[in-house]
Amino acid sequence: MFNRVKRGRGFAAIAAVGALSITLAACSSGSEESTDAAATTEETAAAEAPAEGGGTVAVTLITKDSTNPFFVAMQEGAKEAAAAVGVDLTVGSGKTEGDDQGQIDLIENAIAQGQAGILITPMSVNVNDAIKKARDAGLYVIALDTPTDPPDVVDITFATDNCLAGEAIGQWAAGKLNGTKATIARLVIFNDRMVSVDYCRDNGFLKGMGIDIKDLTVMGDEEATGKYTTGKGGDYEIVCLEATGANEEGGRKGMETCLSKNPAINVVYTINEPTAFGAAEALKAAGKTIGKDVFIVSVDGGLAGVEAVKAGEIQATSQQYPLLMAKLGVEAIKTIADGGAPPSNTSADGTFFDTGVKLCTEEPMDTVTAAEQWTAQQCIDNAWG
Amino acid sequence: MSQAPTVDLAEEFMERRTPLQRVQSTLHRYPYLSPLIVLVVAMVVFTLLNERFLLPTNLSFLTQQSVVIGTLAIAQTLIILTAGIDLSIGAIMVFGQMLMANLAVSVTASNVLPIAGQNPALSIVLGILAATLAGAVNGFLIVRFNLPPFIVTLGTLSVFTALTLILFKARTIQGPEIPELLKWLGTTVKIGDFQLMYGVVLMLILFAVFAYILRNTAWGRHVYAVGDDPVAAELSGIRVKRVVFSVYVVAGLIMGIASWVYIGRVGSASPNADPLINLDTITAVVIGGVSLFGGRGTMIGTLIGTFIIVVVENGLALAGLDQAYRVLAVGILVIAAVAIDQWIRKVKT
Repeated sequence: MFNRVKRGRGFAAIAAVGALSITLAACSSGSEESTDAAATTEETAAAEAPAEGGGTVAVTLITKDSTNPFFVAMQEGAKEAAAAVGVDLTVGSGKTEGDDQGQIDLIENAIAQGQAGILITPMSVNVNDAIKKARDAGLYVIALDTPTDPPDVVDITFATDNCLAGEAIGQWAAGKLNGTKATIARLVIFNDRMVSVDYCRDNGFLKGMGIDIKDLTVMGDEEATGKYTTGKGGDYEIVCLEATGANEEGGRKGMETCLSKNPAINVVYTINEPTAFGAAEALKAAGKTIGKDVFIVSVDGGLAGVEAVKAGEIQATSQQYPLLMAKLGVEAIKTIADGGAPPSNTSADGTFFDTGVKLCTEEPMDTVTAAEQWTAQQCIDNAWG
Repeated sequence: MSQAPTVDLAEEFMERRTPLQRVQSTLHRYPYLSPLIVLVVAMVVFTLLNERFLLPTNLSFLTQQSVVIGTLAIAQTLIILTAGIDLSIGAIMVFGQMLMANLAVSVTASNVLPIAGQNPALSIVLGILAATLAGAVNGFLIVRFNLPPFIVTLGTLSVFTALTLILFKARTIQGPEIPELLKWLGTTVKIGDFQLMYGVVLMLILFAVFAYILRNTAWGRHVYAVGDDPVAAELSGIRVKRVVFSVYVVAGLIMGIASWVYIGRVGSASPNADPLINLDTITAVVIGGVSLFGGRGTMIGTLIGTFIIVVVENGLALAGLDQAYRVLAVGILVIAAVAIDQWIRKVKT
């Protein structure tokens, strides 16, 4: 009887893989999604065998995409932890930034397979309903890196304090400006202004400079010109708020648009380092000397990013620890599944589990209070990616 | 069409036509004329909205932003002239680019594939060859099995995207890890305030070469003939299948060159670079007055179409409009272009 059930499941899994490979050939734009979904099924099919031993815990990690080194690091951290504590891990992601449906599909797959928990970097509020469904089905859901909006959609969030990360680079920028006028370009992910990691870093940056941000969750509602107050303080002018998709191509194009609006830009905020690299290309092509005419601040702390800090391509970046987030996440779900206690919040405001942030720069500033300042080399030694 | 019975036969011999018909027939003879007018009008309007639009620095950004779409649009034009279409164009470019970057990346970088550390020039050649081969796969499936190009390339779009992720472990090769030669086409020379990118020069050369080939070589005329009426072409001795296959191979070659251009433009190689660029190239080609039904259109039209997309996006951004409006504007242009194409196809010759 038991054997028959097992075989039935095996057939179902094979059929599912077959169906998915047909989807793979026929699907137009959802190619990566299909690949990931296919991988999901295969891994689960393989996971059936050890289940006979009883008590195998299955976890799905869902990132925004599978190409950003940040998420690749997260996947690595999760795989390491899964191997160490004996968890069957499924890894998947949206197609690109903005692919809500890809994430929803993966959440539903995890529910269907009766997994113990989900680790997810939520794409937007559009995945909230799927997450609620998963929790109703008894899965423990941890948001990694990006809190959901509202935060209590998930059981707990393991994250960098993105607002604090933004504040640190804003404080650094104000210190570096030392009272001179700030002409600011902001390169964000989306300009629909709804993604928490986006508005938190961006508005955190302005707040760090001592600019009145009004509503934290709204980007671009501040005054276009005025005074920043951190450090010596001075005049500021915000030139642009461009959507980049958080990648090199978007960073370059966004920076070009900003430079066309006002070539006198001397402070560039970037959502992450790939965006910063794109912006740097545009600035160099426009004949600017980075570090002299203009400086770039960012958030992430990937290996290539902190190496760029050392090389003077980026002046300051807040480093976060995705490997740690994913590792702790996998361990937490395993603990809960084995009957242990769930983790509790550790952040300053008590809303999430803080995995820490450091400011990487070769020029430490007295104005920075939001994070400890590390040299580029210290950051390289602790970098992901 | 419906006014035909009322027209006096003698009048038709005297070639008296209404002004509208004259416009129609002029557009029919020079299909790139309507996009050219759109481009000029757009540039005038954007200059009035923001005087920074015409500054040399902004113009150099415009040329640089058009370089990848433009290069790929050359390939797309050749294919659409045969009444085909290529949805896999961006996926093949990304595949070629990832192969180049993964071959050329230094072995000392973390997390590289065993194929890393090759000579940069060899890496570029292999990347271009791989893209050419991918184009040949498309052509083979279309010609050998008589499959519609739309379906074949819809399938290979997924296949090449998946292969890129599987083979190259979905890792972005970042700027500092890439040898200079791969990024060479991103180098710019200063002409006053204007920054001319090598990749732009290469794109313009490719446009000129293929414009010449299409107009002045037997192969070029065959491409038009095959797209216009494959049966008539076959009857007049053109080996239609061979021509169509060769078009997909040549298109693959151009996509491979675009891979190199892309690394120069962006300075890194990401497996999910520009997922919608296949649609952008089709948009450029269609706005440029190339008929989706094949057999009619020019390279100069496609070049103008490419510039229109970039000019509209940039001009609206400088005018302070949100991205959604820029996308909306391009969409309206596409529909207008196809409507004009349908209208001028009805010309009385």
